[in-house]
Amino acid sequence: MSEERPRSRAGTAARLRELLDTEGAAVEENVSTFNAGRYRRYAEMDATEEYREEARRIKEEAIERLPELVEALTEQVEENGGTVYLADDAADAREYVRKVAADRDAESVVKSKTMTSEEVHLNAGLEADGIDVTETDLAEFVLQLAEEEPSHIVAPAIHKSRSEIAALFSRTFDLDEPLETPEELTRFARERLLERVTEADIGITGANFLTADTGTLALVTNEGNARKCAVTPDTHVAIAGVEKIVPSMADLAPFLELIGPAGAGQDITAYVSLLTPPVETPAIDFEAPGTAGFGDPDDREFHLVLLDNGRTAMREDDDLRETLYCVRCGACANSCANFQQVGGHAFGGETYSGGIATGWEAGIGGPEAAAEFNDLCTGCSRCVDACPVKIDIPWINTVVRDRLNRGEEPGRFDFLVEGLTPDAEPAGLDLGKRLFGNFGTLAKWGSRTAPVANALAASSVARAALERVAGVDRRRDLPRFDPEPLTEWFRSRPDAGPADPTREAVLYPDVYTNYVATGRGKAAVRTLEALGVDVTVPNVGASGRAPLSQGMVATATDRAETVADALSPEIEAGRDVVVVEPSDLALFRREYGKLLDDDRAEMISEHSYELFEYVFGLLEKGADPDALGSPADGDAEVAYHSHCQQRTLDLEAGTVSVLETCGYDVETSDVECCGMAGSFGYKSDYYELSMAVGERLESQFTEPETEGRRVVASGVSCVEQLDSLLERPASHPVHLVDPGGGTDP
Amino acid sequence: MSSDSVATFERRAADRRATVERTTVPEFDRALADCLAEPAVGVPLPFDGVSLANHPVEIDPSPATLEAAATGVTPVGPAVAEYGSVVVPSDERGAEAISLYPETHVAVLAASDVHASLSTALAEVGEEIAAGLSSAVFATGPSATADMGAPVYGVHGPAELRILLLEDR
Ligand code: SF4
Repeated sequence: MSEERPRSRAGTAARLRELLDTEGAAVEENVSTFNAGRYRRYAEMDATEEYREEARRIKEEAIERLPELVEALTEQVEENGGTVYLADDAADAREYVRKVAADRDAESVVKSKTMTSEEVHLNAGLEADGIDVTETDLAEFVLQLAEEEPSHIVAPAIHKSRSEIAALFSRTFDLDEPLETPEELTRFARERLLERVTEADIGITGANFLTADTGTLALVTNEGNARKCAVTPDTHVAIAGVEKIVPSMADLAPFLELIGPAGAGQDITAYVSLLTPPVETPAIDFEAPGTAGFGDPDDREFHLVLLDNGRTAMREDDDLRETLYCVRCGACANSCANFQQVGGHAFGGETYSGGIATGWEAGIGGPEAAAEFNDLCTGCSRCVDACPVKIDIPWINTVVRDRLNRGEEPGRFDFLVEGLTPDAEPAGLDLGKRLFGNFGTLAKWGSRTAPVANALAASSVARAALERVAGVDRRRDLPRFDPEPLTEWFRSRPDAGPADPTREAVLYPDVYTNYVATGRGKAAVRTLEALGVDVTVPNVGASGRAPLSQGMVATATDRAETVADALSPEIEAGRDVVVVEPSDLALFRREYGKLLDDDRAEMISEHSYELFEYVFGLLEKGADPDALGSPADGDAEVAYHSHCQQRTLDLEAGTVSVLETCGYDVETSDVECCGMAGSFGYKSDYYELSMAVGERLESQFTEPETEGRRVVASGVSCVEQLDSLLERPASHPVHLVDPGGGTDP
Repeated sequence: MSSDSVATFERRAADRRATVERTTVPEFDRALADCLAEPAVGVPLPFDGVSLANHPVEIDPSPATLEAAATGVTPVGPAVAEYGSVVVPSDERGAEAISLYPETHVAVLAASDVHASLSTALAEVGEEIAAGLSSAVFATGPSATADMGAPVYGVHGPAELRILLLEDR
């Protein structure tokens, strides 16, 4: 496996490049619109958070009670006059529907959009029996004609532009006059599809929700095709994963409030159908067009296929279970900076795409099924705030990454890094992952041997080797290590703390601040001291962020334990923990809950603050802002890029407020991500994607209103990325308020 | 419900490209006549004092008539003020198909059936479903798609949703 890595890296890069070129533009345009709509609608609704809490609670309960709910739903559907089939796997589901079709002598089937039917390859199964299958959702219809796979779970043809669709229709139907406007294209498709609906023998739908108490399926759609498919033919087959069941009708409320906003920023979709089949609406027999009145409702037949296909096992898997709460809204794809650039053909597996695809594909087909795209999740956590059921999607990606790491065979370059990287991971782990995951150890070594390490980093021979063996892209500047770590600088400086401190704090020396960007650490110390804080900078050790981002959960856990051992006595002694790097703060607040025992995790989470959050608090409590640095004449205008995790923790405002208090005029970026995302942008597979993601930030900071502004960013990788995107330099905002401003780089 | 809810309903429904016309029992015939494009199909209305009998609306149409119809008239309710949605309940006479196939859906709604919120309307529909109603569709505006590169109204469902809001009952 390892020996093939260099080749497969090039392969991944080439494939991403191709998608960036061919599908990227259409995906970005469409997905960004959905994404902006979600932000707007989530902000507009008074009760967004309450709905999300409630939706989450209902799903937790439903999955907990799943076996009982399957039974209740089955009983109810049967009492209503329908049939329920519990399918173990894809083949089982497919065979059942084929049998239903054979029993009805069906010649043609119309379908509305159902990802679950894609999961079981239903169309191929029916077509093998000579049955004509037509997708009636316009996007699915387009894909069926184009013989392509969905690129988004909600808007499956999102990668296709209008002109491509027009060309496809012209080609397929041999049209004399090309269709041009969206109206013409829609009308054309509508007329074709109406014919297919009126002659169909069976209508197949999915279900967004199933209510166990009434046997009702809820279908959330806009076009009306699901309604037509469900009621026109006399036979209705619905196929849905078992996780779609909720206990009762009343439980639908929060989901119906959220699903339109989460998916495409709609307040509510055009149609929410609550069907309790077999429905009393008479089927319409278009083969007897002249018969007055419709047929006899009693002729209707309804089959519900409930699909397991790995879901029961997911339910028992502590890390994958949350996947089953997913309502397939697509928000995690829309909010993802990488997805916005390449779409689901890169960021997706056989059936599902976007952030949660890792959970679905791994749950259905094992971790290997997510291997190709799992690394596209950078753990930025924007999707967690987007998800209507609050799924910790990055964690699922991390866990699956870890499982994939553990499945690897040892490779031939392992000896190269093993000495450098004493970690808790299996032999055979991708060397690049091992290097990036052990950045803390490397940085310590780099600082100790700084002149040599830095020279090595600048040598083209070394860079070529690093690229080939570990996939570190040579187009990136490597960090330059400071021979004097922050902790040593602090120890050897004369005591400069306030005479009469108001608080005591530990400045957490994260790996970058300690060994690379020591200047921001020194500025932070001076800033806190100027506001009356007695600061210490003890040796604490790396947070575990680096290994966690590579899926090295065991190593990350070791690091977390070390950090907790070092910080616990400080916190117990009444000191606050101040963190410069937002991704480390996010780790303390979120992931430590998964890595440490509850008490320790809670203690660290509660007593840790992001630097500017802390400064903001000090100023609120009366500290004097005049003690801080302020803009030099004509230098007050800044452009600020907050950090992904900083935003999801709601900490952007604190920085902006402090800067404004100090006299700065701040413009902020509003992109999802800078593209660097820790080590992601350093990897040769992802360099170009990372730069493509960065383009938006680049353009925001080169507009007329921002181009003259001094650039600041909170995350160290954001600063690196901005340095490569812009001609002017970027730095951490603490340099703007540092009372000893300018003394350190 | 409250006049507030009705006003909100009108506004929200209009935001979603539905038209809402307030009418009363005495004025109903004129209001309906104004929005009937022929051929028209429908299901009988359950509201006291109003009827389709005086209109060129075919009840219990054949499939061919349904397919050719320009307008479908059905009763709807409850409705949701905050979203401008109306609930189309199914019946044995094909209300679901009649509200779905023709280009224009004329939806007759009693003002007293307008709920402020989705959750209370859903609770009412839930009770009806528990009592045997087999299909209820929350319809908000005309059918829509953005799959062809820009929003288009009138896809598989109606391109126009005209709501006649019956007051004074
Ligand atoms: S994980 Fe959450 S955001 Fe992603 S599709 Fe599922 S419900 Fe939507």
